[in-house]
Amino acid sequence: MAKVKIQKKDIWIDMTPMSDVMTLLLCFFMLTSTFLTPEPIRVNAPNSVSEIKVPTMDVLNILVSPEGRIYLGTDNKNYMNAMLDAMTDKFSIDLNATQKKHFLEDAMVGAPMSKLAAYLSLDPEKMGEEIQTLGIPTDSINGGMSEFQEWVQAARDANPDLKIAIKCDSKTPYKTVKAMMSELQDMSENRYQLITNLKTASEE
Amino acid sequence: MAKKNLSKQKKMDTRVNFTPMVDMMMLLITFFMLCTTLAKPQAMQLTMPSNDQNVSDQDKSVTKASHTITLYLGANDQVWYIAGLPKYDDPSCVKKTSYGPKGIRDVLINHTTEEGVNPIAKIMVAKKELDAKKAAYNSTMTDEQYQAQLAKLKKGELPSGEKVPTMTVIIRPLDTASYENMVAALDEMLICSIDKYVIDKIGPEDQALIDKAGVK
Repeated sequence: MAKVKIQKKDIWIDMTPMSDVMTLLLCFFMLTSTFLTPEPIRVNAPNSVSEIKVPTMDVLNILVSPEGRIYLGTDNKNYMNAMLDAMTDKFSIDLNATQKKHFLEDAMVGAPMSKLAAYLSLDPEKMGEEIQTLGIPTDSINGGMSEFQEWVQAARDANPDLKIAIKCDSKTPYKTVKAMMSELQDMSENRYQLITNLKTASEE
Repeated sequence: MAKKNLSKQKKMDTRVNFTPMVDMMMLLITFFMLCTTLAKPQAMQLTMPSNDQNVSDQDKSVTKASHTITLYLGANDQVWYIAGLPKYDDPSCVKKTSYGPKGIRDVLINHTTEEGVNPIAKIMVAKKELDAKKAAYNSTMTDEQYQAQLAKLKKGELPSGEKVPTMTVIIRPLDTASYENMVAALDEMLICSIDKYVIDKIGPEDQALIDKAGVK
């Protein structure tokens, strides 16, 4: 009787083609994508048929929550730094290195100047919660420019070519939008990009 | 013993295990897929009138009454319109309509001017033809040519040589309207290729009129 020889099978699978495909995919995603900038609040932009793309460079983003809280920021950290310096000078606030670091890590400005130092001293996790209850005030200071206008002015000084992109929630009352736009109009900023989502043909 | 080892030289396995590499790639791909946006948001161009009080009333261009439509955007997605200039003593000129193709767009398209033409309908038809020409398979039209022709259309110069008057739309959102309403109204301007529109505040005269007409 012949001995039954169980042959040990080689279960090695060649992973090379798979890793090839993966590398390709990875390269594709890395090159085509832009990172989501974290926004302090969730905003659902309304839909429109406009097909103009938001410019990628030199944009000043203004975010308005349904409750009317206003946040503002640019993608470029150099401008943010210049804006912060201009604003702290104007309101004579001293910030230490940690607070400045926290400010630059934040995507958007959203604290009134009186609470800015206290807000920036918080833990980064706490900051995320705290910012949702704050917002840049639009009340004029002693009849002059409001803090919101001062921030826009500081951004304009940092880069005169900045374009203003406004992103409001679709449920934001027109009253708050009007107040915000009227502040911008007062400083002769009359051209905006309203950020919307593309309306598909089925919704038409 | 040493001799035996030498003679039994093993064939080296040159295959490299790729599994950990694939694992890592998977993780990276997942990360990039979740943290990035491929579809960029759209933007809508908006130019607001200047708040500058130095612009005198004479500098503001005057349009014919029948070339004007005023929209009042109210609460709860309601919209009212006045075809022609508002008659401040007659609240019945304010009519109610709705958003979307069956409401406000219908009003705009079917608006007839004192010359007896429907300018918006004509311009929209011409724009459709222009779009078809641009999208045609063997189209040689460049983007600049398209934009130039579109700009001409919006000024009321039809390709047939006919000149139609252009409409002016005044959008007056009430404080109770939502931002979505405003964008919807601006959207209609885009769809109907209306070049001259303005978002304006509600003055005391308008306020009195819409109070009487029941706009809220």
